[in-house]
Amino acid sequence: MAGIGDEIQDRLRRWTLELGGPGTRERLEKLTPPRNEFGVDPYGFDVDFLQAAAAPVLWLYRKYFRVKAFGLENVPNEGPALLVGNHSGQLPFDAAMVEAACLVDKDPPRAVRALVDKWVPTLPFVSTIFARCGQIVGTPQNCRRLLSAGEVLMVFPEGTRGLNKPFAQRYQLQRFPLGFMRLALENDVPIIPVGVVGAEEQAPAILDLQPLAKLFSFPHFPVTLTGLPLPMPVRYRIWFGEPMRFTGSADDEDAVLEGKVARVRDAVAGLLAGGLAEREHVFW
Amino acid sequence: MRALPASVAITGIAGNLGRKLARLLHGETRVVGFDRRPLSDFPKDVEHHQLDIRKAQVEDVFRRGGIQAIAHLGLKHDPREDADEAHSFNVAGTQKLLDIAARHGVKKVVLLSSANVYGPAPGNPNFLPEETPLLGAARLPGYRDLIEVDMYAQSFMWQHPAIETVILRPVNIVGPTVRNAPSNYLRLERPVTVLGFDPMVQVIHEEDVCRAIALALRPGVRGVYNVTGAGEVPLSAALRELGRTPIPLPHFLVRPIVKRLFETRLSSYPPGEVDYLQYLCAVDGSRFIRDTGWAPRYSIRETLRSVLARSPAAP
Repeated sequence: MAGIGDEIQDRLRRWTLELGGPGTRERLEKLTPPRNEFGVDPYGFDVDFLQAAAAPVLWLYRKYFRVKAFGLENVPNEGPALLVGNHSGQLPFDAAMVEAACLVDKDPPRAVRALVDKWVPTLPFVSTIFARCGQIVGTPQNCRRLLSAGEVLMVFPEGTRGLNKPFAQRYQLQRFPLGFMRLALENDVPIIPVGVVGAEEQAPAILDLQPLAKLFSFPHFPVTLTGLPLPMPVRYRIWFGEPMRFTGSADDEDAVLEGKVARVRDAVAGLLAGGLAEREHVFW
Repeated sequence: MRALPASVAITGIAGNLGRKLARLLHGETRVVGFDRRPLSDFPKDVEHHQLDIRKAQVEDVFRRGGIQAIAHLGLKHDPREDADEAHSFNVAGTQKLLDIAARHGVKKVVLLSSANVYGPAPGNPNFLPEETPLLGAARLPGYRDLIEVDMYAQSFMWQHPAIETVILRPVNIVGPTVRNAPSNYLRLERPVTVLGFDPMVQVIHEEDVCRAIALALRPGVRGVYNVTGAGEVPLSAALRELGRTPIPLPHFLVRPIVKRLFETRLSSYPPGEVDYLQYLCAVDGSRFIRDTGWAPRYSIRETLRSVLARSPAAP
């Protein structure tokens, strides 16, 4: 699947179980997404492939970023939910770490489906690997379908504005658009605020070269101290806040929704502030 | 289930799908065929008119009365044919036919469109609903006729509320006798793929399509419907199922190469179709299922494997 041989996949799967620690196999067996005779769900999510592809992510999770996850009990064990967090770090390792936390440090595990930008399907390999791991393009139709099927979605309202912001703006939340709130209201699902501490320092960007971004049709072209957007081994601390329930109409005026969105944004900011206060050092 | 109309006209009856549909309906209703091609070894009671649907004699047949429904399958998709002639045949032909239908008391028109009218695109949702704009021609000019015909039928639906118009947009039709781009592609021993891309694809068996058309011909069904088969499969898994050895080409080379192969007639795969190997164009078929109780008979595996059967008549 996705160009990776069966033998390599088996090895990766064993590595996943090893990195996941004792009981990982039993926990992962509780993941039972719908599968057809080709082993995939209608979106192309393949849980076997996920277990293989998770290995390098788990290595980053356990050994490189040494992630500490707090409040995972706030992520519901079943049923739909919307995880809403801050986005940073030039490359979306934060999304991968949130997903890894829900996969190996939560019992029962949840396969979080991150919503990706619509330029991801234009990327070779990335598009395929993401799809097999359950990531999908964040169109409103996709979100509605997945939530009504009881899935957990991960949303970064800041999008690339947050992901590729310069170092000087670390831990300053960018504008949160209203789409995720309309989605939550329309489907009556809880929002779990997520604060990712650490990713904001992993790849300090000093410049955003817009002409190059245009040339490659990337949303941004950040230049970091090292020139490459590769992350430094910062320690991640991921804080999952208490579920927030909102009532009202998804078709309310923007002003009404903005108030609700501000409460979520404040909750994320609160998690970040608390996490920063607790943290003693960026790297450990 | 409500009975089929007492007589059904099928355009394109001599095509592989038309013949299948005629055989399916013929036991239950009177079948009247229209095609420029002759119809050989068929039951005597199937009335065939070897006519171009743009010809005035077509209306004579309707004037004699009795035709209650039309299944319009007679559209040309051959990418090698003269575009002007195909356009006139497809679009002007459909307009003429629908005009005749409105004047001569036809109660039901079923147009066989295609889910390809939406077009593959990186930003597509995983399951396109019927309301999606028909952008398929943006990069695949070959679909311009089909989109025009589909939209013409939509406006016909509003202009003639008394006639039950049904537009069916089935996913890739695959089967032992069909010779369209997706079936031909699956028949290749060494198909070209786009390196690093593996979209989910949807297929439907040719017999299931005929059953869907028969369902749409029954009274009470009206509207625009996506028609899906048993599910979705990654392109790579479909090729593996058929034992193919794909030739993956990088996305920046695949289009020029496929174009050259097509121009030099080394392959019959139209270059525009490469988008289908790279991006999603899958549809949500739940409306047809909900409104008509549609259920395909063939599984994905059976549908894919059906292309392996030796075709009885290669044109």
